[in-house]
Amino acid sequence: MSTDLLEAPAPSPSGKDPAVAERRTMIQSSARHTLKRRRSVALAIRILFGTCTVLTLIPLIALIAYVTKRGIDAMSVAFFTHTPTPEGVSGGGISNAIVGSLIINGMALVIAMPFGLLVSLFLIERRGPIANAIRFGADLLSGLPSILIGLFAYSIVVVHTHFSAYSAAVALAVLMLPIIIRGDEEAMRTVPAELWEAGLALGARQSRVVRSVIVRGAIPGLVTANLLALARAVGETAPLLFTTIGSQIFSLSINQPMNALPIVIYQDGTTAFPQLQLDAWGSAFVLMLGVLVLSIVGRMFAARMTRKSR
Amino acid sequence: MSDTTSAVAARIQQEVLAQGPGAVGVLDDAPAAVTLTDVAVDFGSVHAVRRVTFPLVANRVTALVGPSGCGKTTVLRAINRMHDRSGGKVSGSIRLGDLEVYGRATQPELIRSRIGMVFQRPNPFPTMSILDNVTSGLRFNGIRNKKILKEAAESALQAAALWDTVKDRLSQPAVRLSGGQQQRLCIARALAVEPEVLLMDEPCSALDPISTAAIEETIVDLASEVTIALVTHNMFQATRCADLTAVFLLDNDDHIGELVEYGSTQQIFSSPADPRTEQYVTGQVS
Repeated sequence: MSTDLLEAPAPSPSGKDPAVAERRTMIQSSARHTLKRRRSVALAIRILFGTCTVLTLIPLIALIAYVTKRGIDAMSVAFFTHTPTPEGVSGGGISNAIVGSLIINGMALVIAMPFGLLVSLFLIERRGPIANAIRFGADLLSGLPSILIGLFAYSIVVVHTHFSAYSAAVALAVLMLPIIIRGDEEAMRTVPAELWEAGLALGARQSRVVRSVIVRGAIPGLVTANLLALARAVGETAPLLFTTIGSQIFSLSINQPMNALPIVIYQDGTTAFPQLQLDAWGSAFVLMLGVLVLSIVGRMFAARMTRKSR
Repeated sequence: MSDTTSAVAARIQQEVLAQGPGAVGVLDDAPAAVTLTDVAVDFGSVHAVRRVTFPLVANRVTALVGPSGCGKTTVLRAINRMHDRSGGKVSGSIRLGDLEVYGRATQPELIRSRIGMVFQRPNPFPTMSILDNVTSGLRFNGIRNKKILKEAAESALQAAALWDTVKDRLSQPAVRLSGGQQQRLCIARALAVEPEVLLMDEPCSALDPISTAAIEETIVDLASEVTIALVTHNMFQATRCADLTAVFLLDNDDHIGELVEYGSTQQIFSSPADPRTEQYVTGQVS
C-alpha cells in the first residue's frame, strides 16, 4: 500500500516474475489453440441434444395432430350437452362422460391430496427404516399396472357394495397417491434447511414451522405434484372398467355407475360403427384439451405463487 | 451521524495519513490493464449502474467501494462478461489491454481465462479434490500434462498461502476445508490459470477476522503479478489493500448507481474532491 506509484518501476501487464510471464503465455496459448476444439465438441454435443429433443417431440406432436384431426369433426354444441345416443340415432353427446370424469377425478383428488401430503411430511420429518420402506412402497405402487389397482378397488369396495362412481374414485386415489407422495416430498425438500432452523430458533413448534414455512414455501411444487397426479389419473381406463363400468345416462349420483371419458374412448372406439368411433375420437380430443388446460393452469398458478413469495 | 461512525471515519483518515506521501500521484501515464469507458449495465428496464469510467491500473489493487445496491458488483461482473448468463446488458466500452471485451469477435472464454474471479462465498467444486479444484481451470483450458498441472497447483497454492496447510492432503475433498481455507483455495484456483486480472467480489465478507487478515495480505502480495479489482464494504479493507479507490453511490434522483470519484486511496479518504464522497467516507451517508 505504501508503494509510491510515481517511483515504482513501470508495471507491465506481464508482471515482474519471468516464470509467471512464461506460464501465462503457455496457458493463454493453450486456451486459444484448444478453443476451436472445445467449441466444436460443445457444438457436436449441442447438435446431439437438439436431435434427441426433436426425435422426442415428433411422436408427441404427431399424436396431438392426429387426435385433433380425427376428433375435431365430432365437435358440436350437442356433443357437449347431450347424452350418448344408440348407433343410428344422430345428435348424441358425451355430457355425462365429461361430468363423470370431473366428479370421479375430483373425488379421487380430494381423497389422495391430504393422505399424500401427510405421508410426504412424515418422509420429510423422519429418517430411518420406516420412512425408507414407505418410500420404496410408493415407488413400487407407482410402477404397478393400473389394472391391478382397478382389481384392488373392485375386491375391497365393489364386491361388498356395487359398481359406483365412488369406487372408481377410490381406485384413482390409490393410483394418484404415490405420485403425490413423491412429488410433495421433492417439493418440500427444496425449502432450504436454514428456514427450518430459522423457524425453530424463533420458538415455533415443529408443526407450526411446517405449516407456516415449509408447506407454504413448497406450494408451487405441491400444486404441480397434485396436478401431475390428476393429469395421470384423468386418462386412466382400466381402474374405471372394474369400478364405475360406464353408463349411457346422465347421473350425478356417486352411488351409481357413471360414465367417464376414457370409458367412451374404450367402448365406442372398439365398435364397428363410424358414428360411435367419431364420438370416441371426440372424447379423446376433449380429454387431451382437458389435460392441456390443467397443465397450463397449474403452471400459471405455480409461477404466480413463486413470484408472490419473492 | 452518530459519534461512532464519525470516530470510525476519523480512524480511517488517520490510518491513511499515517501511510505518508505514498500512493498520491498523477496516474494518467500509468498503464491500464483494463479500461472502462462510460460503462452502463441494464437488466431489462432496470438500470443498475451507469457513467462508469475508470482504469484498473496494471499491477495495482483498485478498491470498488460504496453502499449496497450501487452497482459495484455489477460493474465487476461486467469486466469478465459474467452478465452474459445473468441477462444484464452492458453498454459502453471495456477493454482488456487493447482487446474490446464486448467486441464482436471476442471469445468470452478467452477473456475469462485472462481475467480470474473470486466470489463472495467460497465456491470450491464439491465433487473435486483440493488438487483437482486448483487445476480445474488449467484442465478446462486444455492443459493435460500432469507435471505442469502439479507445478502450477503448487505455485498457485503457495501464492494463496495455502500450500503448507494442504500439501499432505491434496487428494481430500475440497469441502472438508474450513471457510477461510476454502476461499484461499478459490483464490489459488483462480491464480493457477495465471490471469492478468483478478476480480474479487467481497472475498472476505463470509470470513472471520484472522482469515480476512491473511487474505488481505495475500491480495497485497499478489499485486506484483496480477492486477486486482476488489469490491468491499469495508473501508478499512480498502485503505489496507488498495492503491486506488473507485467510489460508487446511488444518484439521489433516480436511484441508479454511478461512479462519483476515482483516485488514489489516500486522496479519496483524506481529501475527496466530490462532497458526496466525503459524506460517504466519513459515514454521513448510509
